[in-house]
Amino acid sequence: MSSVEVRDLAVTYAGVGRDVRALSALTLEVADGEPVAIIGPSGCGKSTLLLALAGLVRADEGELLVGGEPVRAPRRRTALILQDFGLLPWKTVAHNAALGLEVRGVAVGERRRVVAEALERLGIAEFADSYPGELSGGMRQRLALARALALDADLLLMDEPLSALDALTREDLQNLLLQMWRQRGHTVLLVTHSIEEAVFLGRRVVVLSPRPGRVAAIVDNPGMGDESFRNTPAFLERCVKLRRLLAAEGAFAGPALAGRVS
Amino acid sequence: MNAWLRRLGGYAAATLILLVGWELLSLAVGSQALPGPVPALTDFARLFFSDLLPHTGISAWRVVASMVIGAALATPLGLVVGRSPRIDAVFAPLIFLTYPVPKVVFLPVLLVLLGIGNLPKIALITLIVFFQILVTARDASRGIPTSAVLSVRSLGATRWQVFRHVVVPAALPDIFTALRISTGTAIAVLFFSETVAGSEGLGYYIIDAWSRIAYSEMFAGIIAMALLGVVLYELLEVAEGRVCRWTRVGR
Ligand SMILES: Nc1ncnc2c1ncn2[C@@H]1O[C@H](COP(=O)(O)OP(=O)(O)OP(=O)(O)O)[C@@H](O)[C@H]1O
Ligand SMILES: [Mg+2]
Repeated sequence: MSSVEVRDLAVTYAGVGRDVRALSALTLEVADGEPVAIIGPSGCGKSTLLLALAGLVRADEGELLVGGEPVRAPRRRTALILQDFGLLPWKTVAHNAALGLEVRGVAVGERRRVVAEALERLGIAEFADSYPGELSGGMRQRLALARALALDADLLLMDEPLSALDALTREDLQNLLLQMWRQRGHTVLLVTHSIEEAVFLGRRVVVLSPRPGRVAAIVDNPGMGDESFRNTPAFLERCVKLRRLLAAEGAFAGPALAGRVS
Repeated sequence: MNAWLRRLGGYAAATLILLVGWELLSLAVGSQALPGPVPALTDFARLFFSDLLPHTGISAWRVVASMVIGAALATPLGLVVGRSPRIDAVFAPLIFLTYPVPKVVFLPVLLVLLGIGNLPKIALITLIVFFQILVTARDASRGIPTSAVLSVRSLGATRWQVFRHVVVPAALPDIFTALRISTGTAIAVLFFSETVAGSEGLGYYIIDAWSRIAYSEMFAGIIAMALLGVVLYELLEVAEGRVCRWTRVGR
Protein backbone atom coordinates (compact mmCIF):
# COMPACT_ATOMS: atom_id res chain seq x y z
CA MET A 1 0.00 0.00 0.00
CA SER A 2 1.42 3.31 -1.03
CA SER A 3 -1.47 5.74 -1.22
CA VAL A 4 -0.55 9.32 -0.41
CA GLU A 5 -2.55 11.68 1.75
CA VAL A 6 -1.53 15.26 2.29
CA ARG A 7 -3.74 17.31 4.58
CA ASP A 8 -3.33 21.03 5.19
CA LEU A 9 0.40 20.82 4.71
CA ALA A 10 2.44 23.91 5.48
CA VAL A 11 6.21 24.14 5.16
CA THR A 12 8.29 27.17 6.05
CA TYR A 13 12.01 27.51 5.36
CA ALA A 14 14.15 29.54 7.68
CA GLY A 15 15.84 31.62 5.03
CA VAL A 16 18.66 34.10 5.45
CA GLY A 17 17.03 37.19 6.89
CA ARG A 18 13.42 36.17 6.50
CA ASP A 19 11.40 32.99 6.54
CA VAL A 20 9.95 31.64 3.32
CA ARG A 21 6.58 29.95 3.39
CA ALA A 22 6.87 27.41 0.59
CA LEU A 23 3.60 25.51 1.03
CA SER A 24 0.44 26.48 2.79
CA ALA A 25 -2.72 24.48 3.40
CA LEU A 26 -1.96 21.99 0.65
CA THR A 27 -4.36 19.07 0.50
CA LEU A 28 -3.98 16.21 -1.95
CA GLU A 29 -4.93 12.55 -2.12
CA VAL A 30 -3.31 10.06 -4.42
CA ALA A 31 -4.66 6.55 -4.61
CA ASP A 32 -2.51 3.47 -4.36
CA GLY A 33 -0.93 2.87 -7.77
CA GLU A 34 -2.09 6.14 -9.25
CA PRO A 35 0.29 8.24 -11.37
CA VAL A 36 -0.11 11.94 -10.71
CA ALA A 37 1.71 14.79 -12.42
CA ILE A 38 2.29 18.04 -10.57
CA ILE A 39 2.81 21.29 -12.40
CA GLY A 40 2.96 24.87 -11.25
CA PRO A 41 4.83 28.16 -11.41
CA SER A 42 8.51 28.14 -10.58
CA GLY A 43 9.16 28.45 -6.86
CA CYS A 44 5.66 27.41 -5.83
CA GLY A 45 6.93 24.59 -3.64
CA LYS A 46 6.77 21.51 -5.87
CA SER A 47 10.20 20.26 -4.85
CA THR A 48 9.36 21.01 -1.24
CA LEU A 49 6.25 18.84 -1.45
CA LEU A 50 8.29 15.89 -2.73
CA LEU A 51 11.00 16.39 -0.12
CA ALA A 52 8.36 16.46 2.60
CA LEU A 53 6.85 13.24 1.26
CA ALA A 54 10.32 11.69 1.18
CA GLY A 55 10.71 12.53 4.86
CA LEU A 56 13.52 15.02 4.26
CA VAL A 57 11.71 18.24 5.04
CA ARG A 58 9.62 18.70 8.15
CA ALA A 59 6.02 19.83 7.92
CA ASP A 60 5.16 22.79 10.12
CA GLU A 61 1.47 22.07 9.99
CA GLY A 62 -0.78 19.41 8.64
CA GLU A 63 -0.50 15.72 8.04
CA LEU A 64 1.46 13.58 5.62
CA LEU A 65 0.52 9.94 5.23
CA VAL A 66 2.04 7.37 2.91
CA GLY A 67 0.33 3.99 2.91
CA GLY A 68 -1.68 5.22 5.88
CA GLU A 69 1.45 5.80 7.97
CA PRO A 70 2.62 9.27 9.01
CA VAL A 71 5.89 10.23 7.28
CA ARG A 72 8.52 11.06 9.86
CA ALA A 73 11.69 9.80 8.20
CA PRO A 74 12.64 8.36 4.80
CA ARG A 75 10.39 5.40 4.10
CA ARG A 76 11.77 2.12 2.94
CA ARG A 77 9.94 1.79 -0.35
CA THR A 78 9.77 5.44 -1.35
CA ALA A 79 12.21 6.41 -4.11
CA LEU A 80 13.15 10.03 -4.72
CA ILE A 81 14.63 10.98 -8.09
CA LEU A 82 15.88 14.54 -8.39
CA GLN A 83 16.55 16.57 -11.50
CA ASP A 84 20.27 15.76 -11.58
CA PHE A 85 19.43 12.14 -10.68
CA GLY A 86 21.32 12.24 -7.38
CA LEU A 87 23.99 9.86 -8.60
CA LEU A 88 27.34 9.71 -6.86
CA PRO A 89 30.13 10.29 -9.42
CA TRP A 90 32.62 8.35 -7.28
CA LYS A 91 30.67 5.13 -7.30
CA THR A 92 30.33 2.78 -10.23
CA VAL A 93 26.98 2.28 -11.92
CA ALA A 94 26.38 -0.98 -10.06
CA HIS A 95 27.40 0.59 -6.77
CA ASN A 96 25.12 3.56 -7.33
CA ALA A 97 22.20 1.27 -8.04
CA ALA A 98 23.01 -0.77 -4.95
CA LEU A 99 23.34 2.20 -2.62
CA GLY A 100 19.84 2.00 -1.21
CA LEU A 101 20.29 -1.66 -0.42
CA GLU A 102 23.73 -1.11 1.08
CA VAL A 103 22.50 1.69 3.30
CA ARG A 104 19.83 -0.66 4.57
CA GLY A 105 22.29 -3.39 5.35
CA VAL A 106 21.23 -5.89 2.68
CA ALA A 107 23.85 -8.64 2.28
CA VAL A 108 26.33 -8.33 -0.60
CA GLY A 109 25.17 -11.41 -2.49
CA GLU A 110 21.55 -10.35 -2.43
CA ARG A 111 22.57 -6.85 -3.43
CA ARG A 112 24.45 -8.10 -6.48
CA ARG A 113 21.58 -10.24 -7.63
CA VAL A 114 18.95 -7.52 -7.27
CA VAL A 115 21.11 -4.84 -8.86
CA ALA A 116 22.12 -7.01 -11.80
CA GLU A 117 18.46 -7.64 -12.48
CA ALA A 118 17.53 -3.95 -12.21
CA LEU A 119 20.36 -2.86 -14.51
CA GLU A 120 19.37 -5.57 -16.96
CA ARG A 121 15.78 -4.39 -17.01
CA LEU A 122 16.79 -0.84 -17.74
CA GLY A 123 19.24 -1.86 -20.43
CA ILE A 124 22.41 -0.60 -18.79
CA ALA A 125 23.83 -3.90 -17.54
CA GLU A 126 26.92 -3.61 -19.74
CA PHE A 127 27.86 -0.37 -17.99
CA ALA A 128 27.78 -1.87 -14.50
CA ASP A 129 31.46 -1.12 -13.90
CA SER A 130 31.52 2.33 -15.49
CA TYR A 131 31.23 5.57 -13.59
CA PRO A 132 28.21 7.88 -14.01
CA GLY A 133 30.53 10.40 -15.68
CA GLU A 134 30.91 7.94 -18.54
CA LEU A 135 27.18 7.65 -19.18
CA SER A 136 24.93 9.76 -21.39
CA GLY A 137 22.14 11.76 -19.77
CA GLY A 138 19.54 9.19 -20.72
CA MET A 139 21.57 6.34 -19.26
CA ARG A 140 22.06 8.29 -16.03
CA GLN A 141 18.31 8.65 -15.76
CA ARG A 142 17.98 4.91 -16.33
CA LEU A 143 20.47 4.34 -13.54
CA ALA A 144 18.43 6.49 -11.17
CA LEU A 145 15.39 4.38 -12.08
CA ALA A 146 17.41 1.20 -11.56
CA ARG A 147 18.18 2.38 -8.04
CA ALA A 148 14.45 2.79 -7.42
CA LEU A 149 13.77 -0.66 -8.90
CA ALA A 150 16.46 -2.22 -6.72
CA LEU A 151 14.62 -0.86 -3.69
CA ASP A 152 11.41 -2.34 -5.04
CA ALA A 153 9.91 1.12 -4.60
CA ASP A 154 6.13 1.35 -4.54
CA LEU A 155 6.12 5.16 -4.44
CA LEU A 156 8.16 7.10 -6.97
CA LEU A 157 8.71 10.77 -6.24
CA MET A 158 10.30 12.43 -9.27
CA ASP A 159 11.36 16.06 -9.43
CA GLU A 160 11.70 17.16 -13.04
CA PRO A 161 13.53 13.94 -13.81
CA LEU A 162 13.68 14.44 -17.57
CA SER A 163 14.20 18.18 -17.88
CA ALA A 164 17.94 17.88 -18.39
CA LEU A 165 17.54 15.58 -21.39
CA ASP A 166 17.27 16.34 -25.10
CA ALA A 167 13.86 16.00 -26.74
CA LEU A 168 14.38 12.55 -28.26
CA THR A 169 15.86 10.97 -25.13
CA ARG A 170 13.13 12.57 -23.10
CA GLU A 171 10.40 11.00 -25.18
CA ASP A 172 12.16 7.67 -25.00
CA LEU A 173 12.30 7.88 -21.21
CA GLN A 174 8.71 9.08 -20.94
CA ASN A 175 7.76 5.88 -22.71
CA LEU A 176 9.98 3.92 -20.33
CA LEU A 177 8.38 5.57 -17.28
CA LEU A 178 4.95 4.75 -18.63
CA GLN A 179 5.93 1.17 -19.36
CA MET A 180 7.44 0.72 -15.89
CA TRP A 181 4.31 2.08 -14.30
CA ARG A 182 2.09 -0.23 -16.34
CA GLN A 183 4.17 -3.24 -15.37
CA ARG A 184 4.63 -2.44 -11.71
CA GLY A 185 1.63 -0.33 -10.78
CA HIS A 186 3.52 1.87 -8.34
CA THR A 187 2.22 5.21 -7.14
CA VAL A 188 3.85 8.16 -8.91
CA LEU A 189 4.18 11.82 -8.05
CA LEU A 190 5.92 13.44 -10.98
CA VAL A 191 6.87 17.10 -10.85
CA THR A 192 7.39 18.55 -14.29
CA HIS A 193 7.51 21.85 -16.12
CA SER A 194 6.34 20.29 -19.34
CA ILE A 195 2.62 20.36 -20.02
CA GLU A 196 2.92 17.52 -22.54
CA GLU A 197 4.82 15.38 -20.08
CA ALA A 198 2.24 15.99 -17.39
CA VAL A 199 -0.58 14.95 -19.71
CA PHE A 200 1.34 11.94 -21.01
CA LEU A 201 2.31 10.57 -17.59
CA GLY A 202 -0.38 11.76 -15.19
CA ARG A 203 -3.72 10.07 -14.71
CA ARG A 204 -4.50 13.31 -12.94
CA VAL A 205 -2.62 16.56 -13.32
CA VAL A 206 -2.39 18.72 -10.21
CA VAL A 207 -1.90 22.43 -10.77
CA LEU A 208 -0.35 24.34 -7.89
CA SER A 209 -0.80 28.02 -7.19
CA PRO A 210 2.14 30.43 -6.92
CA ARG A 211 4.02 30.40 -3.62
CA PRO A 212 2.93 29.51 -1.03
CA GLY A 213 1.75 26.52 -3.02
CA ARG A 214 -1.78 25.15 -2.73
CA VAL A 215 -3.74 22.95 -5.09
CA ALA A 216 -5.28 25.35 -7.59
CA ALA A 217 -6.90 22.79 -9.88
CA ILE A 218 -6.90 19.12 -10.68
CA VAL A 219 -7.36 17.96 -14.27
CA ASP A 220 -8.62 14.45 -14.83
CA ASN A 221 -6.83 12.71 -17.63
CA PRO A 222 -8.45 9.31 -18.13
CA GLY A 223 -7.01 8.78 -21.62
CA MET A 224 -3.49 8.45 -20.27
CA GLY A 225 -1.82 5.05 -20.18
CA ASP A 226 -0.86 4.32 -23.74
CA GLU A 227 2.11 5.46 -25.79
CA SER A 228 -0.16 6.34 -28.70
CA PHE A 229 -2.11 8.77 -26.53
CA ARG A 230 0.44 11.38 -27.57
CA ASN A 231 -0.93 11.41 -31.10
CA THR A 232 -4.61 11.81 -30.28
CA PRO A 233 -6.74 14.97 -30.43
CA ALA A 234 -7.77 14.34 -26.82
CA PHE A 235 -4.12 14.69 -25.77
CA LEU A 236 -3.73 18.01 -27.52
CA GLU A 237 -7.02 19.25 -26.17
CA ARG A 238 -5.97 18.46 -22.63
CA CYS A 239 -2.65 20.21 -23.13
CA VAL A 240 -4.45 23.34 -24.27
CA LYS A 241 -6.78 23.19 -21.29
CA LEU A 242 -3.86 22.81 -18.92
CA ARG A 243 -2.00 25.67 -20.53
CA ARG A 244 -5.03 27.92 -19.99
CA LEU A 245 -5.25 26.89 -16.35
CA LEU A 246 -1.57 27.60 -15.83
CA ALA A 247 -1.86 30.97 -17.49
CA ALA A 248 -4.73 31.77 -15.12
CA GLU A 249 -2.43 30.85 -12.22
CA GLY A 250 0.12 33.33 -13.50
CA ALA A 251 2.60 30.58 -14.28
CA PHE A 252 3.91 32.44 -17.31
CA ALA A 253 3.70 35.90 -15.80
CA GLY A 254 6.91 35.90 -13.76
CA PRO A 255 9.60 38.51 -14.41
CA ALA A 256 11.26 37.28 -17.59
CA LEU A 257 14.79 37.19 -16.20
CA ALA A 258 14.12 36.19 -12.61
CA GLY A 259 16.55 33.58 -11.33
CA ARG A 260 15.09 30.10 -11.17
CA VAL A 261 14.98 28.58 -7.73
CA SER A 262 15.10 24.81 -7.82
CA MET B 1 51.40 1.43 -19.48
CA ASN B 2 52.01 3.64 -22.47
CA ALA B 3 51.12 6.60 -20.28
CA TRP B 4 53.87 5.61 -17.89
CA LEU B 5 56.43 5.48 -20.67
CA ARG B 6 55.36 8.89 -21.88
CA ARG B 7 55.63 10.21 -18.36
CA LEU B 8 59.12 8.77 -17.91
CA GLY B 9 60.12 10.23 -21.26
CA GLY B 10 58.83 13.60 -20.07
CA TYR B 11 60.90 13.37 -16.92
CA ALA B 12 64.00 12.36 -18.92
CA ALA B 13 63.61 15.32 -21.28
CA ALA B 14 62.99 17.74 -18.42
CA THR B 15 66.03 16.40 -16.54
CA LEU B 16 68.19 16.87 -19.60
CA ILE B 17 67.02 20.47 -20.04
CA LEU B 18 67.67 21.19 -16.36
CA LEU B 19 71.16 19.67 -16.48
CA VAL B 20 72.13 21.63 -19.59
CA GLY B 21 70.75 24.84 -18.04
CA TRP B 22 72.62 24.13 -14.84
CA GLU B 23 75.90 23.53 -16.72
CA LEU B 24 75.51 26.76 -18.67
CA LEU B 25 74.65 28.72 -15.54
CA SER B 26 77.61 27.31 -13.66
CA LEU B 27 79.94 28.19 -16.58
CA ALA B 28 78.51 31.70 -16.72
CA VAL B 29 78.80 32.32 -12.98
CA GLY B 30 82.22 30.69 -12.78
CA SER B 31 82.18 30.41 -9.00
CA GLN B 32 83.27 27.62 -6.66
CA ALA B 33 79.89 27.88 -4.97
CA LEU B 34 78.05 26.79 -8.12
CA PRO B 35 79.72 23.66 -9.45
CA GLY B 36 78.38 22.09 -12.63
CA PRO B 37 76.25 18.96 -12.69
CA VAL B 38 79.20 16.65 -13.41
CA PRO B 39 81.05 17.05 -10.10
CA ALA B 40 77.76 17.21 -8.22
CA LEU B 41 76.49 13.99 -9.77
CA THR B 42 79.86 12.33 -9.26
CA ASP B 43 79.67 13.12 -5.55
CA PHE B 44 76.02 12.08 -5.53
CA ALA B 45 77.03 8.63 -6.80
CA ARG B 46 80.09 8.41 -4.54
CA LEU B 47 78.23 9.39 -1.35
CA PHE B 48 74.91 7.76 -2.20
CA PHE B 49 75.06 4.76 0.11
CA SER B 50 77.38 6.09 2.77
CA ASP B 51 75.81 9.49 3.47
CA LEU B 52 72.94 10.49 1.24
CA LEU B 53 70.72 7.47 1.65
CA PRO B 54 70.68 7.51 5.49
CA HIS B 55 70.06 11.26 5.64
CA THR B 56 67.38 11.07 2.95
CA GLY B 57 65.74 8.21 4.81
CA ILE B 58 65.49 10.26 7.98
CA SER B 59 64.20 13.30 6.13
CA ALA B 60 61.68 11.21 4.22
CA TRP B 61 60.40 9.61 7.39
CA ARG B 62 59.97 12.99 9.05
CA VAL B 63 58.08 14.48 6.17
CA VAL B 64 55.89 11.44 5.46
CA ALA B 65 54.99 10.96 9.13
CA SER B 66 54.08 14.64 9.39
CA MET B 67 51.90 14.59 6.30
CA VAL B 68 50.13 11.41 7.33
CA ILE B 69 49.44 12.67 10.86
CA GLY B 70 48.46 16.13 9.65
CA ALA B 71 46.06 14.81 7.02
CA ALA B 72 44.63 12.13 9.31
CA LEU B 73 43.77 14.73 11.95
CA ALA B 74 42.68 17.57 9.69
CA THR B 75 40.52 15.71 7.17
CA PRO B 76 37.79 14.43 9.50
CA LEU B 77 37.83 17.65 11.53
CA GLY B 78 37.58 19.87 8.46
CA LEU B 79 34.78 17.79 6.97
CA VAL B 80 32.74 17.81 10.16
CA VAL B 81 33.25 21.54 10.66
CA GLY B 82 32.22 22.26 7.07
CA ARG B 83 29.07 20.15 7.27
CA SER B 84 27.74 21.47 10.56
CA PRO B 85 26.77 25.15 10.70
CA ARG B 86 26.74 25.02 14.49
CA ILE B 87 30.27 23.65 14.83
CA ASP B 88 31.42 25.90 12.02
CA ALA B 89 30.19 28.96 13.90
CA VAL B 90 32.70 28.15 16.63
CA PHE B 91 35.57 26.80 14.54
CA ALA B 92 35.58 29.11 11.52
CA PRO B 93 36.78 32.20 13.42
CA LEU B 94 39.37 30.04 15.14
CA ILE B 95 40.63 28.80 11.79
CA PHE B 96 40.61 32.25 10.21
CA LEU B 97 42.64 33.64 13.12
CA THR B 98 45.24 30.89 13.21
CA TYR B 99 45.60 29.92 9.55
CA PRO B 100 47.54 33.01 8.40
CA VAL B 101 50.04 32.79 11.28
CA PRO B 102 53.30 31.45 9.80
CA LYS B 103 53.76 28.27 11.81
CA VAL B 104 57.56 28.24 11.29
CA VAL B 105 57.86 30.88 13.99
CA PHE B 106 57.01 28.20 16.53
CA LEU B 107 60.16 26.23 15.76
CA PRO B 108 62.15 27.77 18.63
CA VAL B 109 59.36 26.96 21.07
CA LEU B 110 59.09 23.41 19.77
CA LEU B 111 62.86 22.97 20.05
CA VAL B 112 62.75 24.00 23.69
CA LEU B 113 59.78 21.79 24.45
CA LEU B 114 60.60 18.73 22.34
CA GLY B 115 64.40 18.64 22.07
CA ILE B 116 66.40 18.53 18.86
CA GLY B 117 65.46 15.10 17.50
CA ASN B 118 62.64 14.07 15.19
CA LEU B 119 59.82 15.36 17.36
CA PRO B 120 60.02 19.13 16.91
CA LYS B 121 60.44 18.75 13.14
CA ILE B 122 57.53 16.38 12.79
CA ALA B 123 55.41 18.58 15.06
CA LEU B 124 56.16 21.69 13.01
CA ILE B 125 55.46 20.13 9.61
CA THR B 126 52.37 18.40 10.96
CA LEU B 127 51.09 21.75 12.17
CA ILE B 128 51.55 23.31 8.74
CA VAL B 129 50.03 20.41 6.81
CA PHE B 130 47.21 20.20 9.33
CA PHE B 131 46.08 23.76 8.69
CA GLN B 132 46.30 23.49 4.92
CA ILE B 133 44.22 20.32 4.88
CA LEU B 134 41.82 21.66 7.50
CA VAL B 135 40.95 24.70 5.42
CA THR B 136 40.67 22.62 2.24
CA ALA B 137 38.49 19.94 3.83
CA ARG B 138 36.18 22.54 5.32
CA ASP B 139 35.70 24.31 2.01
CA ALA B 140 35.29 21.05 0.12
CA SER B 141 32.60 19.72 2.41
CA ARG B 142 30.68 22.99 2.22
CA GLY B 143 30.63 22.81 -1.55
CA ILE B 144 28.97 19.40 -1.81
CA PRO B 145 25.76 19.59 -3.87
CA THR B 146 22.66 19.35 -1.72
CA SER B 147 20.99 17.03 -4.20
CA ALA B 148 23.62 14.31 -3.65
CA VAL B 149 23.11 14.51 0.10
CA LEU B 150 19.30 14.55 -0.21
CA SER B 151 19.29 11.58 -2.56
CA VAL B 152 21.38 9.47 -0.23
CA ARG B 153 19.37 10.54 2.78
CA SER B 154 16.18 9.62 0.95
CA LEU B 155 17.56 6.09 0.75
CA GLY B 156 17.49 6.03 4.52
CA ALA B 157 21.15 6.82 5.13
CA THR B 158 22.24 7.83 8.61
CA ARG B 159 24.48 10.85 9.20
CA TRP B 160 27.48 8.58 9.29
CA GLN B 161 26.50 6.88 6.03
CA VAL B 162 26.08 10.27 4.35
CA PHE B 163 29.60 11.05 5.48
CA ARG B 164 31.02 7.80 4.26
CA HIS B 165 29.25 7.67 0.90
CA VAL B 166 29.02 11.36 0.02
CA VAL B 167 31.06 13.81 2.06
CA VAL B 168 34.36 11.95 2.26
CA PRO B 169 34.60 10.85 -1.38
CA ALA B 170 33.40 14.23 -2.63
CA ALA B 171 36.19 15.95 -0.72
CA LEU B 172 38.99 13.48 -1.49
CA PRO B 173 40.20 15.01 -4.77
CA ASP B 174 40.54 18.40 -3.09
CA ILE B 175 42.35 16.85 -0.15
CA PHE B 176 44.81 15.18 -2.50
CA THR B 177 45.42 18.44 -4.33
CA ALA B 178 46.08 20.19 -1.03
CA LEU B 179 48.44 17.40 0.01
CA ARG B 180 50.38 17.64 -3.24
CA ILE B 181 50.68 21.39 -2.88
CA SER B 182 51.79 21.06 0.72
CA THR B 183 54.67 18.72 -0.17
CA GLY B 184 56.53 21.82 -1.37
CA THR B 185 55.93 23.71 1.87
CA ALA B 186 56.59 20.62 3.96
CA ILE B 187 60.00 20.01 2.42
CA ALA B 188 60.96 23.66 2.67
CA VAL B 189 60.10 23.68 6.37
CA LEU B 190 61.85 20.35 6.82
CA PHE B 191 65.03 21.83 5.35
CA PHE B 192 64.80 24.85 7.57
CA SER B 193 64.18 22.89 10.76
CA GLU B 194 66.99 20.44 9.98
CA THR B 195 69.48 23.25 9.44
CA VAL B 196 68.58 24.83 12.76
CA ALA B 197 68.99 21.84 15.04
CA GLY B 198 70.17 18.24 15.03
CA SER B 199 72.81 16.33 13.12
CA GLU B 200 70.64 14.18 10.88
CA GLY B 201 68.63 14.71 7.74
CA LEU B 202 69.31 16.29 4.37
CA GLY B 203 69.00 19.83 5.71
CA TYR B 204 71.78 19.13 8.17
CA TYR B 205 73.83 17.41 5.46
CA ILE B 206 73.56 20.32 3.05
CA ILE B 207 74.46 22.95 5.64
CA ASP B 208 77.29 20.79 6.95
CA ALA B 209 78.77 20.44 3.43
CA TRP B 210 78.35 24.18 2.98
CA SER B 211 80.29 24.93 6.18
CA ARG B 212 83.05 22.59 5.02
CA ILE B 213 83.11 24.46 1.68
CA ALA B 214 82.44 21.07 0.01
CA TYR B 215 80.22 22.61 -2.66
CA SER B 216 79.83 19.60 -4.93
CA GLU B 217 78.79 17.53 -1.89
CA MET B 218 76.34 20.26 -0.98
CA PHE B 219 74.82 19.98 -4.44
CA ALA B 220 74.67 16.20 -4.12
CA GLY B 221 72.50 16.85 -1.04
CA ILE B 222 70.40 19.36 -2.95
CA ILE B 223 69.80 16.77 -5.67
CA ALA B 224 68.72 14.25 -3.03
CA MET B 225 66.29 16.78 -1.56
CA ALA B 226 64.85 17.55 -4.98
CA LEU B 227 64.40 13.85 -5.64
CA LEU B 228 62.64 13.44 -2.31
CA GLY B 229 60.16 16.11 -3.36
CA VAL B 230 59.57 14.59 -6.78
CA VAL B 231 59.05 11.10 -5.37
CA LEU B 232 56.58 12.32 -2.73
CA TYR B 233 54.64 14.30 -5.30
CA GLU B 234 54.50 11.36 -7.70
CA LEU B 235 53.47 8.95 -4.94
CA LEU B 236 50.57 11.24 -4.06
CA GLU B 237 49.65 11.43 -7.72
CA VAL B 238 49.60 7.63 -7.98
CA ALA B 239 47.65 7.28 -4.74
CA GLU B 240 45.11 9.81 -5.97
CA GLY B 241 44.69 7.92 -9.23
CA ARG B 242 44.00 4.77 -7.25
CA VAL B 243 41.68 6.27 -4.66
CA CYS B 244 39.87 8.75 -6.90
CA ARG B 245 39.50 6.66 -10.03
CA TRP B 246 36.30 8.41 -11.12
CA THR B 247 38.12 11.71 -11.63
CA ARG B 248 40.11 10.08 -14.44
CA VAL B 249 37.10 9.09 -16.52
CA GLY B 250 36.28 10.97 -19.66
CA ARG B 251 39.56 12.85 -19.80
N1 LIG C 1 16.56 25.13 1.59
C1 LIG C 1 15.80 26.23 1.44
N2 LIG C 1 15.97 27.29 2.25
C2 LIG C 1 15.22 28.39 2.11
N3 LIG C 1 14.27 28.56 1.19
C3 LIG C 1 14.05 27.54 0.35
C4 LIG C 1 14.81 26.33 0.42
N4 LIG C 1 14.36 25.50 -0.55
C5 LIG C 1 13.39 26.17 -1.19
N5 LIG C 1 13.18 27.39 -0.65
C6 LIG C 1 12.17 28.37 -1.08
O1 LIG C 1 10.91 27.77 -1.03
C7 LIG C 1 10.15 28.08 -2.16
C8 LIG C 1 9.70 26.81 -2.85
O2 LIG C 1 10.83 26.14 -3.34
P1 LIG C 1 10.74 24.82 -4.20
O3 LIG C 1 12.11 24.43 -4.54
O4 LIG C 1 9.90 23.82 -3.50
O5 LIG C 1 9.97 25.34 -5.51
P2 LIG C 1 9.67 24.58 -6.86
O6 LIG C 1 8.22 24.68 -7.11
O7 LIG C 1 10.28 23.24 -6.87
O8 LIG C 1 10.42 25.52 -7.91
P3 LIG C 1 11.03 25.13 -9.32
O9 LIG C 1 9.89 24.90 -10.23
O10 LIG C 1 11.81 26.35 -9.71
O11 LIG C 1 11.88 23.93 -9.11
C9 LIG C 1 11.01 28.95 -3.05
O12 LIG C 1 10.59 30.27 -2.89
C10 LIG C 1 12.39 28.79 -2.52
O13 LIG C 1 13.08 30.00 -2.59
MG1 LIG D 1 11.87 22.38 -7.92
